Amino acid sequence: MTTATAEEDVAAIAKRWKNKRGSLIMALHALQDRYGYVPREAAMSLGEQMDVPLARIYEVLTFYNYFRLKSPGDKVVSVCLGTACYLKGAPQLLEQASAELGIKPGETTDDNEYHLQVVRCVGCCGLAPVVTVNAHVLAKVTPEMLTAQLDRGTDGPVHATAAKPVDTTADGQE
Amino acid sequence: MPTQTQLISITVNNLPVEVEQGATILDAARKVSVHIPTLCKHPDLDATAACGICIVRITGSKKMLRACCTPVEPGMDVTTEDPEIIQVRRTVIEMILSKHPNECLTCGRNQNCELQTIAADFGMRDVTLDSIVPDLPIDSTTRAIVLDPRKCITCGRCIQVCQQMQDVWALSFLERGIDTRIAPAGDIDLADSPCVRCGQCSAHCPTGAIVEFDNTQEVWDKLLDPDAYCVAQLAPAVRVAIGEAFGFPVGTNLTGQTYAALRRMGFNAVFDTNFGADLTIMEEAAEFVRRFTTAGSTLPLITTCCPSWVDFMEKFHNDMIPHFSSCKSPQAMVGALAKTYYAEKMGLDPAKVYVVSIMPCTAKKFEIIRSKEMNSSGYQDVDVSLTTRELARMIKQSGIHFRGIPEEQPDHILGAYTGAGTIFGATGGVMEAALRTAHYLITGSNPTRVDVQATRGLDGVKEGRVNVAGNEVRFAVAHGLGNVETVLTRVREAREAGTEPPYHFIEVMACPGGCVGGGGQPYGVTDHLREKRAAGLYQEDQSGLWRCSHDNPYIQELYRDFLGEPLGEKSEQLLHTTYTPRPTYRR
Amino acid sequence: MAKQTFADLEARAKAPIPTVDKPTIKVGLSTCGMAAGAEPVFNALNATVKSGGLDWKIARTGCAGMCSMEPLVEVALPGQTAVMYGEVTPEFAGQIVDAIAAGKPLPANGRVPSIAELACIAGEPVAEGEAKQYRIVMRNCGVIDPEEIDEYLDRGGYQALAKALSHMTPEDIIDELKTAGLRGRGGAGFPVWMKWLLTRESPGDEHFIVCNADEGDPGAYMDRSVLEGDPHAVLEGMIIGGYVIGARNGIFYIRAEYPLAIQRIEKAIRQAKAAGLLGANILGTDFTFNVEIRLGAGAFVCGEETALIASVEGKRGTPSPRPPYPSVKGLWGQPTMINNVESLANLAQIIQRGGEWFSGIGLGNSKGTKVFAVTGKVKHAGLVEIPMGVTLRQVVEGICGGSATSSPIKAVQTGGPSGGLIPARELDTPITYEHLQKLGSYMGSGGMIVMDETDDLVELSKFYLNFCVDESCGKCAPCRIGGTQMLRLLDKIADGRGTQEDVATIRRLAHAMDRASLCGLGQGAPNPILSALRYFEPEFRDRLVSGKN
Ligand SMILES: Cc1cc2nc3c(=O)[nH]c(=O)nc-3n(C[C@H](O)[C@H](O)[C@H](O)COP(=O)(O)O)c2cc1C
Ligand code: SF4
Ligand code: SF4
Ligand code: SF4
Ligand code: SF4
Ligand code: SF4
Ligand code: SF4
Ligand code: SF4
Ligand code: FES
Ligand code: FES
Ligand code: FES
Repeated sequence: MTTATAEEDVAAIAKRWKNKRGSLIMALHALQDRYGYVPREAAMSLGEQMDVPLARIYEVLTFYNYFRLKSPGDKVVSVCLGTACYLKGAPQLLEQASAELGIKPGETTDDNEYHLQVVRCVGCCGLAPVVTVNAHVLAKVTPEMLTAQLDRGTDGPVHATAAKPVDTTADGQE
Repeated sequence: MPTQTQLISITVNNLPVEVEQGATILDAARKVSVHIPTLCKHPDLDATAACGICIVRITGSKKMLRACCTPVEPGMDVTTEDPEIIQVRRTVIEMILSKHPNECLTCGRNQNCELQTIAADFGMRDVTLDSIVPDLPIDSTTRAIVLDPRKCITCGRCIQVCQQMQDVWALSFLERGIDTRIAPAGDIDLADSPCVRCGQCSAHCPTGAIVEFDNTQEVWDKLLDPDAYCVAQLAPAVRVAIGEAFGFPVGTNLTGQTYAALRRMGFNAVFDTNFGADLTIMEEAAEFVRRFTTAGSTLPLITTCCPSWVDFMEKFHNDMIPHFSSCKSPQAMVGALAKTYYAEKMGLDPAKVYVVSIMPCTAKKFEIIRSKEMNSSGYQDVDVSLTTRELARMIKQSGIHFRGIPEEQPDHILGAYTGAGTIFGATGGVMEAALRTAHYLITGSNPTRVDVQATRGLDGVKEGRVNVAGNEVRFAVAHGLGNVETVLTRVREAREAGTEPPYHFIEVMACPGGCVGGGGQPYGVTDHLREKRAAGLYQEDQSGLWRCSHDNPYIQELYRDFLGEPLGEKSEQLLHTTYTPRPTYRR
Repeated sequence: MAKQTFADLEARAKAPIPTVDKPTIKVGLSTCGMAAGAEPVFNALNATVKSGGLDWKIARTGCAGMCSMEPLVEVALPGQTAVMYGEVTPEFAGQIVDAIAAGKPLPANGRVPSIAELACIAGEPVAEGEAKQYRIVMRNCGVIDPEEIDEYLDRGGYQALAKALSHMTPEDIIDELKTAGLRGRGGAGFPVWMKWLLTRESPGDEHFIVCNADEGDPGAYMDRSVLEGDPHAVLEGMIIGGYVIGARNGIFYIRAEYPLAIQRIEKAIRQAKAAGLLGANILGTDFTFNVEIRLGAGAFVCGEETALIASVEGKRGTPSPRPPYPSVKGLWGQPTMINNVESLANLAQIIQRGGEWFSGIGLGNSKGTKVFAVTGKVKHAGLVEIPMGVTLRQVVEGICGGSATSSPIKAVQTGGPSGGLIPARELDTPITYEHLQKLGSYMGSGGMIVMDETDDLVELSKFYLNFCVDESCGKCAPCRIGGTQMLRLLDKIADGRGTQEDVATIRRLAHAMDRASLCGLGQGAPNPILSALRYFEPEFRDRLVSGKN
């Protein structure tokens, strides 16, 4: 995160949000979208440019589950542990994913390929259990589907598509 | 502007009470002497509503409300005590204790801990819940305050103090839920954070989670060392606060008793920082008059005897460096002279002189090593700085019966002082003392009335003007670092607009109330205490023989025999310092 | 779209809803549908139609509510009743196209009830049979293309706004809401009119309206579906709210986990602005109102009003004591009205049809309809919108088809992590705020989780408590520590190491949490356990270590 473009990106994000009241969380979303996580230097630089104390940035970053302070790797596998998915066997899926990847939730594989995490409902409860891989939502997930997902050989999810990644630069203004 | 305040009538435990609009249930209960236990609320601070112990019941509602933050409404019928309320409070205390280490015996807050007291008051005998104390490291990197997050009950006081009251933003809560913990910004060492070591967090913490860094053992070691010539100096604000540790009424002036106690503990000589304060005024007033009377000089001049303020300025407002007085603080001046002037006079080897300062302050522990100028005597000018709280403990350990000890005199050569030196301990005191001497320097005589009332009191920013030989001197006094911004903004605006500066002279003290409310003072400070402590100082000033620093004969002797003149070469070398920008990431 | 005028909207109001004049195929393209594979179906349909040079309409639509049957495809041919297909694959979509192209009858297999068959929509007469659902909030979900403002306008969209701005004072609207008896759908059921009035009357430099789209209840997704399926309805409600309370700015607080909802709201905002229905001088009046989006970041507690405000202000989302209420001192210290998505989605219909009409629906003090996300062990998991007063049994066994497994239904959970379990024997209870509360549960935002006899309620209690412990903001001791300690005790019991005293301690902790926690999260966190103990204590007792009972 020392490259010139990275610095420019942070500057652009800071500029975009600086003069909007209470926009810190939006700016942090933008940082995370840019890097996949919120690198320390980027946070410090953002704080300086937006005139937000570093203490505020870190108290916010560590409060909200959504923000990551470490690089998550290429594929973020999120197992939903909302109520509907829980009842439909999500805990077993989580165990399975954990065993197959050899990491605990919140960890990243050594080769930096997979990051495993728990989410609390992605709003697809009617199709529980649900697992997402990056922005792809997998519905009615079976152990076999999950294995196929996590197989290091295959690429991309089994027949699933989903929303495009969030455009956090938008705020409803033209 | 006097406004018609509307009174609201309610009842508390069937006692009728009238309070002003906006008052809380807690305020109302106090008014009729009903005690509601509290833990997270501090009188200085907005309620954080974090502990849940102050809950009370409103007739007609099953819910319980927090007394500390619930505003009264007309006709409220409050019950503060019934078996159910007590049971809930006890259960909450039990929860808190289950996540707290039982280390009272070795804790810095033993016997003056708010958690300990509440547990004692509630007669907690058994915690049936599992102990879930987190394993978190202690941070003593500042060597001024010590953070032990395990003992934190996350009341949020220190955060409000550090972020709002002091505007430093060194402390924050990290994580959430049961993992919530107090930590320096961004989880670094506190010494690397913007912390200015004011210790206000420790003064407001209800528990031992933030305490002063204890230097007493090294002092005991030196007192035992036959080679060491130990000298002590006593800061202005200490004398009116130390008594609180021994049951004296708040604000009692115990200067003579403290000198006596220090001698009995084994100090070879006892000086008074008030002497240093007088000396600071000699230098600073001269500096002010020079700037004030020389066209084109940088004004306003800003005082520098508070190390937290100096640190704060170097970190966040270093465009103000040209405005800063180059004068060292009184403690530093006494330290420098103890190892030069005094050693020379007494025929001592300065290497053996060991200077201990007794300060209301945790930041002074840092000031003594803040720059190379702190070694102006060729040695570290002040060897160790203790807080009022540490001294109180040492007195207790020494077996001194402080309540009965007869008063003694200081070693006058660096111990005699004027009322102007005494009032340094209260916000506005430095300004008032400096104005007295400035008047003398400009006009050749003392003002008819030396008091400058506009410098006094607890308003966060005080502004005023005095007339000196037909010239108006405009000044501002700010205390509590959170109040600095408004004053500096006015200065910057004038500078940018190229207009006359709004002030000629500015005093800043980091702690609310000035040093009487210092971070190293006895616990439990409120505005009421600050006022009483300050009153003790003003009373000494009023009743003293000399009220202006330049009238101090020992100061005159010092200049005659040793320093030469204010701002002279020797003064510059021993009594002045420099400042460097220390940009840290913006708070 | 050009800026609309009152006259334009009047003309729209008179025009009939456009009828199907060519083969029209709609694909449910909400998050759920996409997850189930709706996009390939949509793409396949488009490709076939395009390659065949057919002048058909392949349209996108939102959530029909039959989530478990996604991907859903509705086929409407001119002059015929629309037919709905469920679990459609791209191959099956091809068969449909082939059938239409060949003029053959539509496939008979794969059919599921259409929306018209499922529900009576906003009081429109139903062709045949008895309406099971009553769609006010979801009237357009699964019907219109949520990304086309025109389709919303065609179906009466923004007529309420026009009526409000041209014929009603803010007081009139508040009166109308009072007549309607609409209560907040975010959980607590506070009368909407009263909140609007309080906020309107609070003095301040400016006023704010916030749409609470944080939807944190794990297992509930009504708000997401409405945002994705009919974003303009929520926006219209918000604009009317802004007019009533005198706000110039509104904020959508949406959870970041809902990217599609965010996109659709963004689009709706842009379209409404272009149409002169949002922004400066709305519909040519001097009413100016803007809307911004702020995202959540994964904290359930931010659904709580004061925490939400802290979050919007860019801080940790920790609640503050109330009073002062947000209606007096909210965002940036100014009077702020916070309403749930569903509350706002009701607004336009109430203005358009009148409070009397609305209050005629429902039971007792629970007026209108409520959307539920019914999940768990039911045959047809999905969204249902029912008039209040319908019984739990009618929802679970009637609309959702009862147990999906061979095991009978044991209990229903409503109200999410602060709600409670309702045993099967109470299923005949009508769904109203009051009835649910009497059972020790509460309405909540609309999560309804159905459990069968195989589900372990000790584990389920643990699940909910674990959620609350994870989501506790940590500000106050009773919730932060009480929850954690209670969870440890529950763990002990679940592991077979618990004692009778542990159960007593749980009750004692629960009581203290309920009374001394600062916000609804901590106060409500013990509810799932307390209700489990109330109805299913033997299951807990069976787990205690023998001999010690
Ligand atoms: C812990 C907690 C979480 C909540 N989460 C939500 C939520 O996700 N969505 C929501 O609309 N209301 C939620 N609420 C209720 C809101 O605080 C608030 O009452 C509601 O948004 C008001 O809107 P209404 O009057 O339209 O219902 C929550 C409350 C609590 C205590
Ligand atoms: S903080 Fe208080 S209760 Fe805790 S160990 Fe120290 S003295 Fe004891
Ligand atoms: S208070 Fe109790 S635990 Fe502490 S020292 Fe005395 S006897 Fe020991
Ligand atoms: S000593 Fe002062 S600056 Fe340092 S953390 Fe404490 S309150 Fe903040
Ligand atoms: S360190 Fe002390 S003041 Fe700060 S939150 Fe913890 S207990 Fe409160
Ligand atoms: S005001 Fe006094 S006690 Fe406080 S930091 Fe400054 S010098 Fe120390
Ligand atoms: S929650 Fe239901 S309706 Fe929504 S995406 Fe999932 S399955 Fe579809
Ligand atoms: S009850 Fe829980 S979530 Fe609410 S303020 Fe207290 S700790 Fe935070
Ligand atoms: S519970 Fe898993 S998506 Fe909602
Ligand atoms: S004293 Fe009121 S909540 Fe702590
Ligand atoms: S059909 Fe989309 S929410 Fe279920």
